[in-house]
Amino acid sequence: MGDFLSGPGVLVVAPLLIALLTVAGGKRAVGFTRFLTLAGPAVVAVAGFAHLAAARTETGFAPLRDAAWSVSWLGQEAVSLDVGFVVDNLSGVMLAVVGVVAFAVVLFSVGYMSEDSAQPRYFALLSLFTAAMTALVLADSLVTLFIGWELVGACSYLLIGFWYQRPAAAKAAVKAFLTTRIGDVGILLALALLWHETGTLSISGVLEAVPQLDGAVVTWAALLLFLGAAGKSAQFPLHIWLPDAMEGPTPVSALIHAATMVASGVYLIARMWQVFEASQTALDVILAVGTFTAIFAATIAVVQTDIKKVLAYSTISQLGFMFAALGAGAWVAAMFHLVTHAAFKALLFLASGSVIHGAGTQDLREMGGLAKSMPLTAVTWLVGALALSGWWPMAGFFSKDEVVAQVMHSSPAAGGVLLVASVLTAFYVFRATGLAFFGKYRGNAHVHESSWTMTVPLAVLAVLAATLGFTRGAFSTLMGHEVAEADVTVMVLALAAAAVGTFGALFVYSRGSERVDLARERFPRVIGVIGKGYGIDGLVDTCLVKPTLAVSAVLADPIDQRVIDGTVEGVGRGTVWLGRVMASLESGETDTYVSLLGVGFVVLMAIALWMGRG
Amino acid sequence: MTVWLLVAVPLVGAAVAWGVRSQDGASRRVGLVVSLANIGVAVAGVVRMLGSTSASQVWSSGPMAGATSLTLVLDGLSAPLVALTALLTTVAVLASWRVTQSPAAHHALLLALSGALMTVFLAGDLVLFYVAWEAVLIPMFFLIGVWGHERRRHAATKFFIYTFAGSAFMLVGLIIAVTNVGSTSLGGVPATLPPDVQRWVFWLLAVGMLVKIPAVPLHTWLPDAYAEAPTAGSVMLAGVLSKMGGYGLIRVVIPLAPDAFSAAAPVLAGLGVLGIVYGALVALAQKDVKRLVAYSSIAHMGFVLLGIGSGTSLGFGAAMLAMISHGLVVGLLFLLVGVLHDRTHTYDIGRYGGMARSLPLWATLFTFASLASLGLPGLSGFPGEFLAVIEGFGKFGWWMVVAGVGVFLAATYNLSAVKAINHGEPAVEWAHVSDLKATELVAAAPLAAGILAVGVAPGVLLGVVSPVVQALAAVVGGGA
Repeated sequence: MGDFLSGPGVLVVAPLLIALLTVAGGKRAVGFTRFLTLAGPAVVAVAGFAHLAAARTETGFAPLRDAAWSVSWLGQEAVSLDVGFVVDNLSGVMLAVVGVVAFAVVLFSVGYMSEDSAQPRYFALLSLFTAAMTALVLADSLVTLFIGWELVGACSYLLIGFWYQRPAAAKAAVKAFLTTRIGDVGILLALALLWHETGTLSISGVLEAVPQLDGAVVTWAALLLFLGAAGKSAQFPLHIWLPDAMEGPTPVSALIHAATMVASGVYLIARMWQVFEASQTALDVILAVGTFTAIFAATIAVVQTDIKKVLAYSTISQLGFMFAALGAGAWVAAMFHLVTHAAFKALLFLASGSVIHGAGTQDLREMGGLAKSMPLTAVTWLVGALALSGWWPMAGFFSKDEVVAQVMHSSPAAGGVLLVASVLTAFYVFRATGLAFFGKYRGNAHVHESSWTMTVPLAVLAVLAATLGFTRGAFSTLMGHEVAEADVTVMVLALAAAAVGTFGALFVYSRGSERVDLARERFPRVIGVIGKGYGIDGLVDTCLVKPTLAVSAVLADPIDQRVIDGTVEGVGRGTVWLGRVMASLESGETDTYVSLLGVGFVVLMAIALWMGRG
Repeated sequence: MTVWLLVAVPLVGAAVAWGVRSQDGASRRVGLVVSLANIGVAVAGVVRMLGSTSASQVWSSGPMAGATSLTLVLDGLSAPLVALTALLTTVAVLASWRVTQSPAAHHALLLALSGALMTVFLAGDLVLFYVAWEAVLIPMFFLIGVWGHERRRHAATKFFIYTFAGSAFMLVGLIIAVTNVGSTSLGGVPATLPPDVQRWVFWLLAVGMLVKIPAVPLHTWLPDAYAEAPTAGSVMLAGVLSKMGGYGLIRVVIPLAPDAFSAAAPVLAGLGVLGIVYGALVALAQKDVKRLVAYSSIAHMGFVLLGIGSGTSLGFGAAMLAMISHGLVVGLLFLLVGVLHDRTHTYDIGRYGGMARSLPLWATLFTFASLASLGLPGLSGFPGEFLAVIEGFGKFGWWMVVAGVGVFLAATYNLSAVKAINHGEPAVEWAHVSDLKATELVAAAPLAAGILAVGVAPGVLLGVVSPVVQALAAVVGGGA
């Protein structure tokens, strides 16, 4: 136990304890416990940065594995499923990301949730999520990873449904859990396959065994793990839960559904890289799915009228960029984009939360001109929007440029698609910027700037979103890779894409109220279909949900009730009838049974005793 | 020796509870004291077993009339189920705290049931095993038939006849086994019966076990019995009685007919996988929350059969983990559903809604139990299911995709129930119902704690079970 607490385990236990204290303290202590909640992410972030500092050398970074902790969780003698934690450079970076974003989100929540009557539950769940996410990140075995993976999913479920009185929130929570659960079954089967083939589920053990494995086994393992990653990271066609997940409180969307949990699919693949590297088939699938998701979701984001839905589809699209990079073999580029995206997307979500808090609506059509009344929010949002669009010198420029360059190198067609998606990205985010912050105010609320607990996190994240890009070289060496040469052509193309999208959107949407829904007025049906995500939800409902429910109903009745049970009851009645006829018994049915059974029991017991004599 | 106390305490307690029937409320206090005492005895027995060098504690009566001697064995296989029985008996006593109809008889029957179940799990020879197996039926029959819901008589009769019919096969199988082996002792040297005898013994006994578990399609007594039984009856039925089948397979059937088992293992695993998916799909269609929990039990017991069918020691361990987990989870679910019925007088899922607002503590526990039921890691359902699937994969390969579908479906019916019952705005009629009372909370707390403990540290339980199942796996050639 001492080992455990002096090692990385404390990073999981600390937020867990805080969650318990928050529950125990209840409403009376929440004024204190909501600030105490900050300690969990703080410890996690400090541990992450401490590791990065320790790994630093004069020329860059050295690969470093900190003291690990591992214990047999389930096992018999030699055969054992272990759980354990380890901090290496990859998990160190993730610790820093999770810690910083969670800290910002908790601080933001203090203001954002101050009116809510269920704050203890809210902050306890945030702590629980921090613990689970940390366990996922630190996992040194696939068992640990899967446990953390499922627990962040459960926290996500409980937080999406935080306002459970709203039917839409309750429904979205279930949808999120079930959709990602499809992917989780993939992981379960991948683990079963790897356990069967390698006899271990420790990550290093599995990765070492990869070269000895049959090619088909590796491909299946990679594809099944990718299925899990696609569910968690909302890749087509398992993306359908993420837009609905916006029913949760906005800070939750920033933390779980933008920066950390949804990115864990990317982390999983980076973590298990040797498995994926060994299967070109799997990489091709990932490239195709990622690229398609990137452009598909971007087109939907363009026509959303709910500010959070814009950001939700944007997240799906940006995760698509990361998967495309993974598919192109560039896991370092994918991870770097994960890091910068965590900063600028959390920023955008929190800024949207500030807007929602200040303007009392999520509908872009009821906003406009908010830059005047919410200047701090507006400036920080703008930084996030520039970063997302890929404008130099914002973080998104460096990371997206790297992704596009790598994909272009591997598949020019996919790279071209990502460039088009980049145009759309800049377009949708500046469309939202124009509608929300420029022009004239179209709503009728008393708009006000948010309190310091909300604006300070925005400022911190804005600084990160603006500067993180310059760490690209350091990040590469940290991951043990050479710094890639910048591809000037791609850089120019990416900047051009950002410029076209940005100025196009500002031209249309920053001038005034009459242009709000221009496209929808012109092409109501097309925009309607796109806005609803091309009707994938309906398709899933028709092809999957309804048939399952129909099968379920048929199995329950008539199969179970009439066929199986009917046969049983029929046999029973027949026997009783036969008994009646033969014995001509006049007494009631139950008495007959009981007396028959009594006699039968005595006889059987006598036989048994006689039998046991010898 | 404490082993015989495990049986004697509840049986004597039953007599006392019946004896004090004239005094108001005395029988339930007897029930509580006796069941708590038996938890103490069970804990003492397990602690001593773990502390001693020998793998088991044996108590023998010495030769009795008829030249046979009774033996009770507490070892790694029986200990977890003995502990579960002791715990759930106490929960059942608390769940029947406010029974007004002949409380003395109710509590006496509950304790008698507990004693009979203890005997099943502890029996060291086939005679005692069989007698106890049948004896369990009698108190259960009356608990359902007298204290049950509207269709109690039908359900009780069906339960009795169905399982009794299963036992008839079992008896024939036992007679064949005993006459061929020439001994009634259990747990000695594994039998080496000729293959065709083994086949007969295996299938005759297996029918009795499969009815009890129950395996699809021998399951239709279950929804009626579980749903019509009073809360205490449902807790004991689903929590403990259903474990007799899985335990009997591992303890009795496989050692008697190891070769026949090896041949039949794919059938058992197939029935398990069928149950996992079938139980989940039928549960999804239920409109009565008690029947929903009942069908979920079929799905859960499917994992037990799958684990056993894999034939490995980890697979047997998975089956034990799944059994203990199911006992805790389904015990908690039936307890909670009983509380809900007490407040609302309905089991109709469509009439609930917004209970998270009306009954916050109840709703929290119900969500907790549902998450455990769907196999969330960190709670007790996960380790057994996980181990059953990964071990099953080694034997049956991609058939485990079907089990995976069941893992997915488990989330559908559990979360649908949570949504329908807990979420949304509270229905006006339930706006003022009261949350958990002290006795209810005291009954629920140890189950919730057990669910968490097994979920966090399943290795402890597996470690207790391992010596027995490793020896068994060596016999059937399953290895680790």
